[in-house]
Amino acid sequence: MLLINCPYCGPRPEAEFANGGQAHIARPADPMSLTDDEWAAYLYMRDNTKGLHHERWRHANGCGRFFNASRDTTTDVIKRTYRMGERPEAEHQGAKP
Amino acid sequence: MQKFSALSLLRAGLTGHVGWQRQWRSPEPKPGYDVIIVGGGGHGLATAYYLASRYGVKNVAVLEKGWIGGGNTGRNTTIIRSNYLFDESAGIYEHALKLWEGLSQELNYNVMYSPRGVLMLAHNIHDVQSFKRHVHANRLNGIDNEWLSPEECKEFCPPLNVGGSMRYPILGGALQRRGGTARHDAVAWGYARAADALGVDIIENCEVTGIRRAPTGEVVGVDTTRGSINAKRIGVVAAGNTSTVMNMAGVRLPLESFPLQALVSEPVKPIFPCVVMSNTIHAYISQSDKGEMVIGAGTDVYTSYTQRGGLHIVNHTLDAICELVPAFRRLRMLRNWGGLVDVTPDRSPIVAKTPVSGLYVNCGWGTGGFKATPGSGEVFASTIAKDEPNKINAPFTIERFRDGAVIDEAAAAAVAH
Repeated sequence: MLLINCPYCGPRPEAEFANGGQAHIARPADPMSLTDDEWAAYLYMRDNTKGLHHERWRHANGCGRFFNASRDTTTDVIKRTYRMGERPEAEHQGAKP
Repeated sequence: MQKFSALSLLRAGLTGHVGWQRQWRSPEPKPGYDVIIVGGGGHGLATAYYLASRYGVKNVAVLEKGWIGGGNTGRNTTIIRSNYLFDESAGIYEHALKLWEGLSQELNYNVMYSPRGVLMLAHNIHDVQSFKRHVHANRLNGIDNEWLSPEECKEFCPPLNVGGSMRYPILGGALQRRGGTARHDAVAWGYARAADALGVDIIENCEVTGIRRAPTGEVVGVDTTRGSINAKRIGVVAAGNTSTVMNMAGVRLPLESFPLQALVSEPVKPIFPCVVMSNTIHAYISQSDKGEMVIGAGTDVYTSYTQRGGLHIVNHTLDAICELVPAFRRLRMLRNWGGLVDVTPDRSPIVAKTPVSGLYVNCGWGTGGFKATPGSGEVFASTIAKDEPNKINAPFTIERFRDGAVIDEAAAAAVAH
């Protein structure tokens, strides 16, 4: 079980949280202008990163708030958690498998 | 290939069992092959075997980064069934089940296919309705599946607790009698041995590090930890590592990789006659021929490449098992482990051509790929050999997500994934 540092409440066991999948996927501003391929990519395609991965969590059985975590998927070590609206650290950006 | 038979066993027994040959060679990679299969699990080995045996493509290499039987093929809970809801799923899983029935004879290798029955338990009204719908849908597709009352469940599997004391009582179950188990590593070894005998090179400890493409886009070979190897056709069957391999060719897939755990108990005398599954309270259990109770747990909630999951996931399953079979409350667990499963949004596989010419992919079997091993290999071999999908795997494309033609077994299984 992971120990997850909620940016609002502090460290709590994983059982208090719900995982929300890959972070920083913005809903297209104008979905009607997208091709079917672009819409499918938004809905279904994921990086499935091997390495540093940014994901959403929700402190479902706590404060109820969403936040993001940067976790290494080869070790499950969470490097950092940060609030919604913040970006991952520069050195973390673009980390792909 | 040294043929196995009662006579050969007797003969070797009389001479001290010193005459057995290695079951497959350990060749150096050749400079090139007609087809390279990336991933030496059950599905990849089956693909190579059927390429050589049914589709006349014998100049084939299977590249495995670890060892044969070391990945998900040796980590699953060996359940075989074909009672899926949708016609497309029925087609591919039933194709596999039919191959299972003759597999030991075809491979001359005892894969210990045991059609002992798979009983899927219903615990609420929604389960009952959903499973009865499955029973009817399966029968329309010519697949055996029948509804059992709680008393009939108890008769079929006596250790079950069908009393009124459970939090989620057993309200009945759907039984597929032709379902059952097989010995998972024997499946890998049997396919490896049979493919090797037909000339397939099985190259272990050989990790693919790049996919090489011509300026015109088509694949021309792979880079590996044992050098570059040429091939005009490459089939990727890498389970949880598929995204990583396909990224080397710039192909994005609708996949996420999760750890999935299993565990076994200490061995006990025969007590559990069938496979019991409960999607609702999340328990999957059968007894191996060694006597261990083989138990499947759920996936973790987050993606990971660690091949290990959280203990609370296992505990959750054991809670359910102890409710279902109170006699198991004092069983001790011997060991647990994790595998890496690649999951698609609709929980159905992708067995298809890709946007890159000469590159094929067989992935997305998620938490239930073992049962499909022979059928998956057969249709993937057909797809690679003919450069077009077989009728059975034609619906299992990447484009189905774009086109809205998903095969939503996720919803059909009614599991809170």
